[in-house]
Amino acid sequence: MLLELKNICFERDNKKILDNINLELEIGKFVAITGPNGSGKSTLVKIIMGIEKPDSGKVILDGKDITKLSIDERANLGISFAFQQPVKFKGITVYDLLKIAARKEKMTKIEACEVLSKVGLCAKEYVDREVNNSLSGGELKRIEIATVALRGAKLTIFDEPEAGIDLWSFSNLIDVFEKMGELIKGTTLIISHQERILNIADEVILMKGGKIQEIGESKEILKKTFAKTECYRGIEGRP
Amino acid sequence: MENKINQVDRELLNEVSNLENMEKGAYNIRKNGQGIERKVTENVNIITKKDKAGIDIYVKENTKFEFIHIPVIITESGLNDVVYNDFYIGKNANVIIVAGCGIHNDHHKDSQHDGIHRFFLEEGAKVKYVEKHYGEGKGDGKRILNPVTEVYLKAGSSLEMESSQIKGVDSTIRETKGELAANTNFVVSEKIMTHGKQFAKTTFDVQLNGENASTHVTSRSVATDSSEQLFVSKIYGNNRCFAHSECDAIIKEQAKVTATPEITANDVEANLIHEAAIGKIAGEQLIKLMTLGLSEKEAEEEIINGFLR
Repeated sequence: MLLELKNICFERDNKKILDNINLELEIGKFVAITGPNGSGKSTLVKIIMGIEKPDSGKVILDGKDITKLSIDERANLGISFAFQQPVKFKGITVYDLLKIAARKEKMTKIEACEVLSKVGLCAKEYVDREVNNSLSGGELKRIEIATVALRGAKLTIFDEPEAGIDLWSFSNLIDVFEKMGELIKGTTLIISHQERILNIADEVILMKGGKIQEIGESKEILKKTFAKTECYRGIEGRP
Repeated sequence: MENKINQVDRELLNEVSNLENMEKGAYNIRKNGQGIERKVTENVNIITKKDKAGIDIYVKENTKFEFIHIPVIITESGLNDVVYNDFYIGKNANVIIVAGCGIHNDHHKDSQHDGIHRFFLEEGAKVKYVEKHYGEGKGDGKRILNPVTEVYLKAGSSLEMESSQIKGVDSTIRETKGELAANTNFVVSEKIMTHGKQFAKTTFDVQLNGENASTHVTSRSVATDSSEQLFVSKIYGNNRCFAHSECDAIIKEQAKVTATPEITANDVEANLIHEAAIGKIAGEQLIKLMTLGLSEKEAEEEIINGFLR
């Protein structure tokens, strides 16, 4: 087992955000988490990365309790995290960020460009640009994916990659995810509401009200929940 | 002129000038209040002022891509050096001017250098002016630098100024003034980092007098410990013109930063913009770099180095 979450609880402002979560992730699986807004998905993945600390419960990676470890310690043990809203910097270029991600001070621009091409960016135009507001939401998402891909992590987490980008960019982004196997080895945990992403997952976790409601194949989960949960509205009726 | 450049001098010179580039063009090295080495070229003449300390630099019209270095080094504690340097840039000349001041103060008395630089650009001239300030030394004597830069741009000329003060200067008051005629462009980019109890004040006063004059003033600074910084920018749009000024500061610990932007439009076609942002390093930036395996300290260094690049 790669990752185990044991009795994870997280409460803020007297509201149970996560209510006794137990979960196991196997090595090499592509697992999607879905569920309505406010069901605790983002908090759960942040707890795995160490960005949030649980009030109680344990996070076990490769049999080792990592609950008290910092973000960077977890990163160096093989967890990688793509933000829902990619972080912008002043003065730090795409190339700088890729070098940090790859842990390679001597990474060449050619190597950096190869990775950018794989996430669908015309590499030469981007490698020296600053990771700032001048980049569009879709471009930032791709750069974010490139940084996590370069980590070569055991567990790569994506927090709702479709959030904040237009439909056209998103359609291209899905192509990137469908070819993800070439880019990302190891286990992938992805928060998504998108049918195409759920369809390529080995397993789908449905969350609601801070609890895991169901775990299963995407078709079953979609069928069962479509009528019940609002977040799928429109997906099946899509042309 | 006596030539007495020792190892400390060479190191200081290297901090403020690229010695290899310096030797390619005209230069004038000033040490402890005196000119000690000078080279002129066919297109660039340097003459010592008669009425006060300093030099006049004349660049012939149509000069193409020459370097001019005028570094100042101060190794004597207790010296208060004031110097007036005037640059006369001929029509359509295109030069890179590197001025820098390095102070090495190992003693208790304060060392101070005030450089007053005036640039007179003729029509179509183009100048890139790079200024670097650096202080070092173990003594508790203060290292003080108060540079004044005045820029007069005739029609069609442009000046791009880069200044940086990253280390070791205890106190600085930097004044930059510009008067711009038609179709001119004045770009200023300033980088400052202060530590300990250092104090830095920078003021910009730009008059956009001619039609289509434009200016971009960018200040990026990092204030740490209990240092203080003050940024004052005054831009006057007196014609159809464009101005953009931007002050961006990161503060840490007990540091203080004040930004006072002032833009005045005296013409209905003046288009003036000011942006100012002061704050600590964004938590999300630290978190992102930590998810890439950097410790919090390494992440902070990376963010600051990028910001001041």
